[in-house]
Amino acid sequence: MEKFTQHQGLVVPMDRPNVDTDAIIPKQYLKSVKRAGFGPNLFDDWRYLDPGDPAIDNASRRLNPDFLLNQPAYQGGTVLLGRENFGCGSSREHAVWALTDYGFRVVIAPSFADIFFNNSFKSGLLPITLSETEVEQLFEEERQVAGYALEVDLQAETVTTPGGMVFSFQMDEFRKYRLLNGLDDIGLTLQHQDEIKGYEADHRAAAPWLF
Amino acid sequence: MAGKTLYDKLWDAHIVRTEEDGSALLYIDRQLLHEVTSPQAFEGLRLAGRTPWRVGANLAVPDHNVPTTQREEGITDPVARIQVETLDRNADEFGITEFKMGDIRQGIVHVIGPEQGATLPGMTIVCGDSHTSTHGALGALAFGIGTSEVEHVLAPQCLVQKKSKSMLVRIKGAVGTGVTGKDIVLAVIGKIGTAGGTGYAIEFAGEAIENLSVEGRMTVCNMAIEGGARAGMVAVDQKTIDYVKNGTQGRAFAPTEVHWQEAVAAWQDLHSDADAVFDAVVELEGAEIAPQVTWGTSPEMVVAIDATVPDPAAAADEVKRSGMEKALAYMGLEAGTPITAIPVDKVFVGSCTNSRIEDLRAAAAVARGRTRAENVSQVLIVPGSGLIKEQAEREGLDKIFIEAGFEWRDPGCSMCLAMNADRLEPGERCASTSNRNFESRQGLNSRTHLVSPAMAVAAAVSGHFADVRSLEGGA
Repeated sequence: MEKFTQHQGLVVPMDRPNVDTDAIIPKQYLKSVKRAGFGPNLFDDWRYLDPGDPAIDNASRRLNPDFLLNQPAYQGGTVLLGRENFGCGSSREHAVWALTDYGFRVVIAPSFADIFFNNSFKSGLLPITLSETEVEQLFEEERQVAGYALEVDLQAETVTTPGGMVFSFQMDEFRKYRLLNGLDDIGLTLQHQDEIKGYEADHRAAAPWLF
Repeated sequence: MAGKTLYDKLWDAHIVRTEEDGSALLYIDRQLLHEVTSPQAFEGLRLAGRTPWRVGANLAVPDHNVPTTQREEGITDPVARIQVETLDRNADEFGITEFKMGDIRQGIVHVIGPEQGATLPGMTIVCGDSHTSTHGALGALAFGIGTSEVEHVLAPQCLVQKKSKSMLVRIKGAVGTGVTGKDIVLAVIGKIGTAGGTGYAIEFAGEAIENLSVEGRMTVCNMAIEGGARAGMVAVDQKTIDYVKNGTQGRAFAPTEVHWQEAVAAWQDLHSDADAVFDAVVELEGAEIAPQVTWGTSPEMVVAIDATVPDPAAAADEVKRSGMEKALAYMGLEAGTPITAIPVDKVFVGSCTNSRIEDLRAAAAVARGRTRAENVSQVLIVPGSGLIKEQAEREGLDKIFIEAGFEWRDPGCSMCLAMNADRLEPGERCASTSNRNFESRQGLNSRTHLVSPAMAVAAAVSGHFADVRSLEGGA
């Protein structure tokens, strides 16, 4: 797991609900057997005017000038501001890999789809849930302030605006601990090998048809 | 103390240890693997010098990328071929059972699990695919995971999970003829919304669910995720037990005679206690559910076949309104248009939602003696597994489809997500039995309307959406 402690970055406002993982990284790019290299195809269908394919060089494709990521004001953005049910749909972790490969470190939304939320932590992408009102306020401020950046502190569980306003969010303790320290999830679980073996022996005795 | 929900029982029976913040280390009985979300997991395992904890708990099958026609030529897309070959190599290297492309048992991962008895009541089941919720239809706790978690399950056979809240979705009374599991679950999603089940595990219950076959229940649980819930489930009853026992093809992974009675005894408890308390309860009247058709780019954008395309002006709030406007523009539809007046270009019957033998029988019942409408350029019928294909051919269903001008294909995910060659062209409109109507899901700028198999064929032979209840064979 990638470590995450604090981050300050430019906000990219994606003002639509139900942004699904098919939109974040379209299916044709899931054929890769690697974890890296998805960034250039993040939001591919919205970002380019020509159809994309792993066999096509992205440099040869026309960019959609209306799309956020192609606008000069949002170059270098690292904090994605979204609406409800962000990351819904397919379980593809490639969606998280595409966001982090592009450079995003934080996604703020009023709600996330469960699997996307879970997947985010594995690559050091911090999903932050704020209330609808708070998210609306951030969208409103972003519209008014050029180069709008937010400061995120995981230890303190806060999001701070350029004007000094502080929003609090909540994070499960165990998850926070793993993220702050960038711990290897599997390594942590394997520390409990004896307990797993003990459970497994009991389980096998109770339900032998499963083994 | 209140009784336990089915979800409580499944959860409690699999806890290895509990952390201070309440998250649990959960033991996983079965992991299903496919080619798209597993290569990076195997690579991670290899890099860390780890090996699978319990090889026999895993079952692998290629499905997303496989061609559904001209298989003798192999996979012509070189990138897709590498991915399928990578799965073959990983399964061989680690000794994991795999149904490779030429194997009659190959099929969609969520179809072959129950078909083989690899999905059993009382199990915890995961797969790197969101539609893993399908398996909950047999009284199992099944949910989709990401690739890092696939690797995690391969290594110590466990996952760190936070327990979800529980939701009971009760369908009161029976549904009318011509109304299927697909229509029930679409109606539920229309009611709770695509995020309505987020943070919940849903148990589907009530007379209409009890009346469904186990396959019908799979369709319902399959789409729990489209309502935001990672897991959907149905209590075990005699139908579940008969399903496991009486597989027409033989369920190789199901309990043998030695443990059968013992297993059945344990499964009897897999239901919510009468005094169990749910965090949320949603009720629908079965009699009020008509065949459903989605009109937009999210499964919650759904109406009955006799309705019209909704008007964004009537939306509850600004975010909803603009979402509806975007969807209508994308779908090329106008508010107020009767659903039955919308013509379709192509039809797809298949996917982990609706590609089982009963789905094919329902499709064939409507197709019998009819032919593809002139304006419909292609109708794909894609069975969920090689065994289902074989069964359908034994019953002569393939002939009905071919005579109707439909294409009878080999098993795979196909046009549900268009990772292989089966896809829509930009702007094409499809009546599809799959589970997602997202933008470009079935091909760049494609337009998807989700329906049941019978409704898909009704559209195929009518050239536009039609109420299957008014067609002979459809009700």
